[in-house]
Amino acid sequence: MSGIPHDHYEPRTGAEKWVHSRLPIVGLLYDTLMIPTPKNLNWMWIWGIVLTFCLVLQIATGIVLAMHYTPHVDMAFASVEHIMRDVNGGYMLRYLHANGASLFFVAVYAHIFRGLYYGSYKSPREITWIIGMLIYLCMMGTAFMGYVLPWGQMSFWGATVITGLFGAIPFIGEPIQTWLLGGPAVDNATLNRFFSLHYLLPFVIAALVAVHIWAFHSTGNNNPTGVEVRRASKAEAEKDTVPFWPYFVMKDLFALAVIMVIFFAIVGFMPNYLGHPDNYIEANPLVTPAHIVPEWYFLPFYAILRAFTSEVWVVQIASFITGGLIDAKFFGVLAMFGAIAVMALAPWLDTSSVRSGRYRPMFKWWFVLLVIDFFALMWLGAMPAEEPYASFSLIASAYWFGYFLVILPLLGVIEKPRAQPATIEEDFNAHYAKPSDTAPAE
Amino acid sequence: MFKKLTIAAVTVLGLTSGSAFAAGDEGHVEDFAFSFEGPFGSYDQNQLQRGLKVYTEVCSACHGLKFVPLRTLGDEGGPGFSEEQVRAYAAANFEVFDPELDDYRPAGPVDKFPANTAAGAPDLSLMAKGRAGFHGPYGSGINQFFRGIGGAEYIASLLDGYTGEEKEEAGTIFYENTAFPGGWISMAPPLSDEIVEFDDGHDNTVHNMSQDVAAFLMWTAEPKMMARKEAGFVAVLFLTLLSVLLYLTNKRIWAPLKGKHKPEA
Repeated sequence: MSGIPHDHYEPRTGAEKWVHSRLPIVGLLYDTLMIPTPKNLNWMWIWGIVLTFCLVLQIATGIVLAMHYTPHVDMAFASVEHIMRDVNGGYMLRYLHANGASLFFVAVYAHIFRGLYYGSYKSPREITWIIGMLIYLCMMGTAFMGYVLPWGQMSFWGATVITGLFGAIPFIGEPIQTWLLGGPAVDNATLNRFFSLHYLLPFVIAALVAVHIWAFHSTGNNNPTGVEVRRASKAEAEKDTVPFWPYFVMKDLFALAVIMVIFFAIVGFMPNYLGHPDNYIEANPLVTPAHIVPEWYFLPFYAILRAFTSEVWVVQIASFITGGLIDAKFFGVLAMFGAIAVMALAPWLDTSSVRSGRYRPMFKWWFVLLVIDFFALMWLGAMPAEEPYASFSLIASAYWFGYFLVILPLLGVIEKPRAQPATIEEDFNAHYAKPSDTAPAE
Repeated sequence: MFKKLTIAAVTVLGLTSGSAFAAGDEGHVEDFAFSFEGPFGSYDQNQLQRGLKVYTEVCSACHGLKFVPLRTLGDEGGPGFSEEQVRAYAAANFEVFDPELDDYRPAGPVDKFPANTAAGAPDLSLMAKGRAGFHGPYGSGINQFFRGIGGAEYIASLLDGYTGEEKEEAGTIFYENTAFPGGWISMAPPLSDEIVEFDDGHDNTVHNMSQDVAAFLMWTAEPKMMARKEAGFVAVLFLTLLSVLLYLTNKRIWAPLKGKHKPEA
């Protein structure tokens, strides 16, 4: 599968040959597991395994939860309490599933920012990046619909606010909103279709994950230096890489175990830390909560959505040019989706020929600022929509777009990158004083 | 680069996620020392029984507990009633409508505490998780690790927070309360000193009964808390052990490549 030369599976016994000539599945698994991996990968390369684990955890717990859950407006809330009180281990399944979503997003954000810093999105890995962004979008959709299912106050009002965004699209917005909800407002039809889609989307994600892995197994992994693996011959490639098994499997499993310690401490000792108390109050269409706050992982984009009010000159210009077609609400929606779109376009917006941020002295600081900006937006998304938070949100949103649309294209031209190591081997040996043997283990 | 960023990120994540709860004009929530706080805290069986008595004799007049099955009064980690006690308690205090008999009959262990919507009062099953008392420090919510989300503290503070002041607005009487957001609540002070007599003669001041019933409502909201903490403790213990083993395995596998240790034959 990989473009990096390496040993392939050779069927030896008669039975192996019989299977291999009919279905080369063992060969596929062997090649996937033994893929040559740059040996200098650091601890930011563990998130892929964590994410895969999260997907499996969510599907496994989710399937059991679905056996006991009732998607009906009169029974959903009570069925969740049934899971918490009557189902064997149900309280644990539900808390694992709810906190598992948070772990999923912690990992995906770490994974995305790793890619942004080390230039993993750059040629030839654009397709891996785009597939990754699609996975991220599917995750957001799944998480949003999953949060509606317990049918608490935040479920109901969160669904009302978010589906209301589609209503902001000119002309076709309201029909789309009605179509999504299955009626004029969030009701039983909405809950049923959200349950159905919440069950479906994880399998779409699983398929996309397979394509994501296929894509980067075709190009080979990026690595902290951004320098490509030498692939003229197998001997040369082996100086830069080690097989995924056992080297990175063990490393990743160790990292996963440490993360699981923290995860189970949260699930066991404060499972409601990341939840909202209002979601323990059954949904009531007649009572609006004082503050409707989305889950923490949506807050940065929620802040961008709210930042563009009708008082912002960009919004006023857009409204004037389009003859009022783009109002503040629609502009906010465009900005929110645009914030993800510019991230997806990073491979074509970044003009630098150097991949890794490690060798880009100016980029480094703009990147740090982007990370700070992300957390600032997250904080602002949780704050009420009033001054001074509104102005801060606007500045932070502007930087988010500025980073991708202005800074990334410009840096490639004005920045003078530092010298990169010639090979991955050189970088690895520089870190680890005296390698006993340059040849990797079998 | 990522090491520094990760440390900063974890800190900020704590700050932002917690601040999601911190909103609104909140009253003063007293930090009562409950026995079930922290990773090793557990329910005090006697306190749960006292709280149940306060609920039965006072709160249940207006508030239901519609999600709580009566049989769970006999569950481990709860009030710890025997089967006979559960049966006697259910039959003595509640009646439920039986569609088969087409009539009311005394409640049994298979039934739930009845719902009660008579006075428009909210159901109390999940009240201790539907209200948050603690957000600190600085809105991070980290103190929840040691004290829970503070729902029980909120309930106790509310019941103990009446100042005695009243006002009438649009035909409704409001009572001043130091814990209620906004300061005025439409529920009349439900507790008064010695309103409930405990069998063991335990202190029955409003201050004490508020805490007892708050602890009971924490149990109704989170009946599996003790099992959960035990499972969490075991998981953390074994995963820590697994981490150590995987660390050593990983170190040994990489040793020949990194040249820091001589490979053992």
